[in-house]
Amino acid sequence: MSTIRGKVWTFGDDIDTDAIIPARYLTTTDMAELAAHLMEDADPSFPQKVSPGDLIVAGKNFGCGSSREHAPLALKGAGISCVIAESFARIFYRNAINIGLPILESAEAAAALQEGEVVEIDLQKGVIQDSSGRRYTAVPFPPFMQEIIARGGLINYVREKVKQGE
Amino acid sequence: MGHTMAEKILAKASGKKQLSPGDLVNARIDMALGNDITAPVAIQEFNKIGVDTVFDRERIALIPDHFTPNKDIQTAQQVKIMREFARHFNIEHYYEVGRMGIEHALLPELGLVLPGEVVIGADSHTCTYGALGAFATGVGSTDLAAVMATGELWFKVPPTIRIVFEGVKRPEVTGKDLILYTIGQLGVDGARYCALEFTGPVIRRLDMDGRFTIANMAIEAGGKVGLIAPDQVTLEYLQGRSKRPFTPVESDEDAPVQQEYRWDVSTLEPQVAAPFSPANVKPVSQLAGTPIDQVVIGSCTNGRIEDLRQAAALLQGKRVHPRVRLIVIPATQAIYLQAMREGLLEIFVEAQAAVSTPTCGPCLGGHMGILAEGEVSLATTNRNFVGRMGHPKSSVYLSSPAVAAASAVAGVIVHPGEVGEVK
Ligand code: SF4
Repeated sequence: MSTIRGKVWTFGDDIDTDAIIPARYLTTTDMAELAAHLMEDADPSFPQKVSPGDLIVAGKNFGCGSSREHAPLALKGAGISCVIAESFARIFYRNAINIGLPILESAEAAAALQEGEVVEIDLQKGVIQDSSGRRYTAVPFPPFMQEIIARGGLINYVREKVKQGE
Repeated sequence: MGHTMAEKILAKASGKKQLSPGDLVNARIDMALGNDITAPVAIQEFNKIGVDTVFDRERIALIPDHFTPNKDIQTAQQVKIMREFARHFNIEHYYEVGRMGIEHALLPELGLVLPGEVVIGADSHTCTYGALGAFATGVGSTDLAAVMATGELWFKVPPTIRIVFEGVKRPEVTGKDLILYTIGQLGVDGARYCALEFTGPVIRRLDMDGRFTIANMAIEAGGKVGLIAPDQVTLEYLQGRSKRPFTPVESDEDAPVQQEYRWDVSTLEPQVAAPFSPANVKPVSQLAGTPIDQVVIGSCTNGRIEDLRQAAALLQGKRVHPRVRLIVIPATQAIYLQAMREGLLEIFVEAQAAVSTPTCGPCLGGHMGILAEGEVSLATTNRNFVGRMGHPKSSVYLSSPAVAAASAVAGVIVHPGEVGEVK
């Protein structure tokens, strides 16, 4: 399923991984437990407000700071269907691709999309359509990364590679 | 046309003749690291791959350091997952409490990361080893799982930003001040996806501990790696430590870089990053007088022996201000022992500081010095995001050990010169 429809939650620039999931909750690897504290230092009521299928729209350098994969895991656990940002911090970008959390880089969409609006996304094409019908195209992934995404993440990709090697 | 260190190291590790920024490569990994937060996730993912052995039991380091000695049942369970995995696969570099240290201080100390190597760690401050001239970068747990199974990982070759520190720095200006200044200039995403390379006469005269501090915080400017070309100082440090043969790599003179900054740091003051960003950097004089509740000297940034020596020199014969709590955390057991032999621990305790066993502890708001609502800490750590050291309404200022120790005595942020001489 490569089409997503969801409600937008907006955040600013430089949202760090301590904001996405504070270190005090890193004592578990359970996605649901992590999701219960998603973004709570930025907005304490966020875990209650967010619903599965919603999207996060943010400014530049989303996911900066620590390498904790618990950050994309918490987002996935809360059912966030996609993160759209002007840009992503490097490790977060890798982690999201690796665990199969859809992310799209689009400065235009990040600037234009408003909190609460419902947008439609064609993940395969990287096209985002806002509630008034305007379209934005995200920066395409390199072919190699598209392959990881198509196989549902790095582990599946490696598993197949290992099998072929046998 | 020449090539940068980053390009050369990745080319060698991926069997390519030469590489340019933007190329995607699969590189062989010389050392892979995980800790008690990231390794349990990596192990879970590793188990899904379906291999019955790790790629090399001598090239994986699993270091329980974040919540250790374990602070509660959950963290004890996390470490148990690591310990059992390490035993099962006979992982050579697993270090238990009593033998451990903060990963980024421990690995170089043990000679496990070397010039010219490619090192990945499921921890963002893995870039610390760039101080030795290794292409060392932070990745996530799933990346670590893939490496533990295959010994390889994909990388995009980064463009390089070169930082040249010129002039002669003042004695009270340390590696921490140089990197804080850099982050203040570049911003938290100024080096995003880039290799930072630090050079110039000030770097050449800097000791290894100061260099580790600089490379450590490359990530705070968004950098993928923070590289310093190996020289005599590096080779002396590695003498008697290096566990494998190695080949130092440096950038060609004519290697094209994305950007170059030349800063004369002769008149630079000690720097402090104010809440809530490591890029919110100001000269210490601008923040002088800011009241503090707690001071932390430690972490993978500034818990090494030189850091402790600088702090002790300022604390000798003095007392921590009655309103302030000072916590000193030597980064490894060896540093702890050295500090004990040099009498530094005695100076700390007599000054009424608490000295802790090696741990990340308060750096990430884990344990051993968590802040209450409204409290302010001055710390030698590397991040001061909202809630980083405890309550979401607490705040953290970042500085060198010299500024931290002097401020602990004064009870407010001060220039170290106000309290004593920095050698
Ligand atoms: S000391 Fe702090 S920054 Fe360094 S590895 Fe530990 S938690 Fe991370």
